[in-house]
Amino acid sequence: MAAAIISAPGRLRASRLKLLPSSLSSIMARMAWFKRDKKAIQTPVDEERTVRTEGLFTKCEDCKSVIWKKDLEASFFVCPKCQYHFRITARQRLEVLFDDGNYEEFDAELRSSDPLEFVDKKAYRSRLDSAVRSTGSNEAVVNARGTLNGVPTICSAMEYRFIGGSMGSVVGEKITRAVELALEENTPLIIVSASGGARMMESFLSLMQMAKISAALARLHKARLPYVSILTDPTTGGVTASYAMLGDLNIAEPKALIGFAGPRVIEQTIRQKLPEGFQRSEFLLEHGMLDAVVNRREHRAFIYDWFDFMGVV
Amino acid sequence: MKMMQDTDQELQELRRLVEQLPRESADEISELQQKIRDLEESLKARVTAWDRVQLSRHESRPYTLDYVSRIFSGFREIHGDRRYADDKAIVGGMAYLDEQPVMLIGHQKGRNTKQRLYRNYGMPRPEGYRKAMRLMYMAEKFNRPVICFIDTPGAYPGIGAEKRGQAQAIAENLRSMSQIQVPIVVVVLGEGGSGGALAIGVGDRVLMLENSIYSVISPESCSAILWKDQEHAREAADALKLTAEHLHRLGVVDEVVKEPSGGAQDNWDEAAALLKNALIENLNHLADLSPEELLEHRYQRFRRIGEYLGNS
Repeated sequence: MAAAIISAPGRLRASRLKLLPSSLSSIMARMAWFKRDKKAIQTPVDEERTVRTEGLFTKCEDCKSVIWKKDLEASFFVCPKCQYHFRITARQRLEVLFDDGNYEEFDAELRSSDPLEFVDKKAYRSRLDSAVRSTGSNEAVVNARGTLNGVPTICSAMEYRFIGGSMGSVVGEKITRAVELALEENTPLIIVSASGGARMMESFLSLMQMAKISAALARLHKARLPYVSILTDPTTGGVTASYAMLGDLNIAEPKALIGFAGPRVIEQTIRQKLPEGFQRSEFLLEHGMLDAVVNRREHRAFIYDWFDFMGVV
Repeated sequence: MKMMQDTDQELQELRRLVEQLPRESADEISELQQKIRDLEESLKARVTAWDRVQLSRHESRPYTLDYVSRIFSGFREIHGDRRYADDKAIVGGMAYLDEQPVMLIGHQKGRNTKQRLYRNYGMPRPEGYRKAMRLMYMAEKFNRPVICFIDTPGAYPGIGAEKRGQAQAIAENLRSMSQIQVPIVVVVLGEGGSGGALAIGVGDRVLMLENSIYSVISPESCSAILWKDQEHAREAADALKLTAEHLHRLGVVDEVVKEPSGGAQDNWDEAAALLKNALIENLNHLADLSPEELLEHRYQRFRRIGEYLGNS
């Protein structure tokens, strides 16, 4: 705070003046209280600041405090000051969950065939290509097996950066395979959701993936195998309305947007402003739709205890 | 649409003409019949996906209860999810299909402003889906087949619906329906609006009326999201491949039920008669399967849907 006063006296005074009635403030603004003989210390503009610290520091998207990147990584991309959960990639997620960050990926080669040859403003095919290039994944979910505190576990982690984590044929097929593999190997399953919902460009085929995965989960349920659903920011649409809500445990990260309809659609339908905190994890917890809101740093411990309860430890 | 109607009238006149002609004029009859077939083909080719969208939402199109009164006898409606409320956008109860008692569940739309509001435009809230599931469990307990009629723009996007777990209710239905040990026949009557439709749509046989649609999103919303404006709904309708014909060709819908020429709105009785035949036929197909076979077939029916590259 002290540094701020020295470096930017003008800014500070102006902000104080805002609190005064306008007539008074205009008089005071014309008065020179202190004569400034030295030039004010120049502070770099925001843009320069980021350039200079790139690679070392990052700013919390919520509390805006500056965090050393190494610290952020060590805390699983949770802000050490305000507990804000940064969005992370599917691979980072798997590193968070599995012992020593080690896992073995499977079904990586599956990719979309663009079955409807869908073209809107852009061709679906080119959207796919650029998503593959920017994420390094062939689709919006990564299937992996590894161990969680020594318990062999299958995990499907969704990749939000891949066309909004949308679910088409490949996502549906990969998750169904993960469920079937868990059944076959008698292991617990974790699905981490981060998705805008079903993928429009595969239309009906996307929609049917909801039924396909849910039916596979019914079999897992009957076989009494654990399924933990982790909902992260954001989880909406057909993903929430199928596997994300079907866990033995449905746990969410703090402040994640979770819902069926998106907030904009609801606002347009009911022509009303939505209440503060609507469709956030804490709201769902309050209304009985989640088992718990769990800090990412606690995920492994939380799940492991429940694995113990479920008899797979 | 105008051209379609003109051609349709011409067709009907031709058909009348054929019936009136004396049996001796065989040549003339076969010539006229050829003309009828050609006209039918050209009519079919001219119906765009967007036309189907309009027909599926036609304000004179028969809704669930209009079909129920024409196809079944002794419909006895029951209400409520026994948790929160009775959702008027989904109706359900027992009915006789000829002699066979069945559990009938369907979305219900309203025909005038008052009814539309009462039925919430056919958009269910969680309690509607929970009522539907309760009725299916009852059908399973007493070993009666289930018939589901789909006709909804989608699940209702509102604050209360979200609070009470719209997503959870739909998800629960998808999982539970896959395990219901009695036959389930699903028919899309008009609009098959995404998850709100599918939530009563996991069946052994999924049929669509000729002018119905089934899609992951409405063409209007698709246009708004992908084209960033409302002007491309027609193109979106084409791109989404949402017609009965397309989906049947894709192999993801089991049967297209014919409608009276021009559409079901022109002749409710005929539309109902055609649907009744299809229902009886499909239920008969399923009657011989054991519960285990039924569930295995239902699982595989959805398991194989999806196209992708890579190992298979």
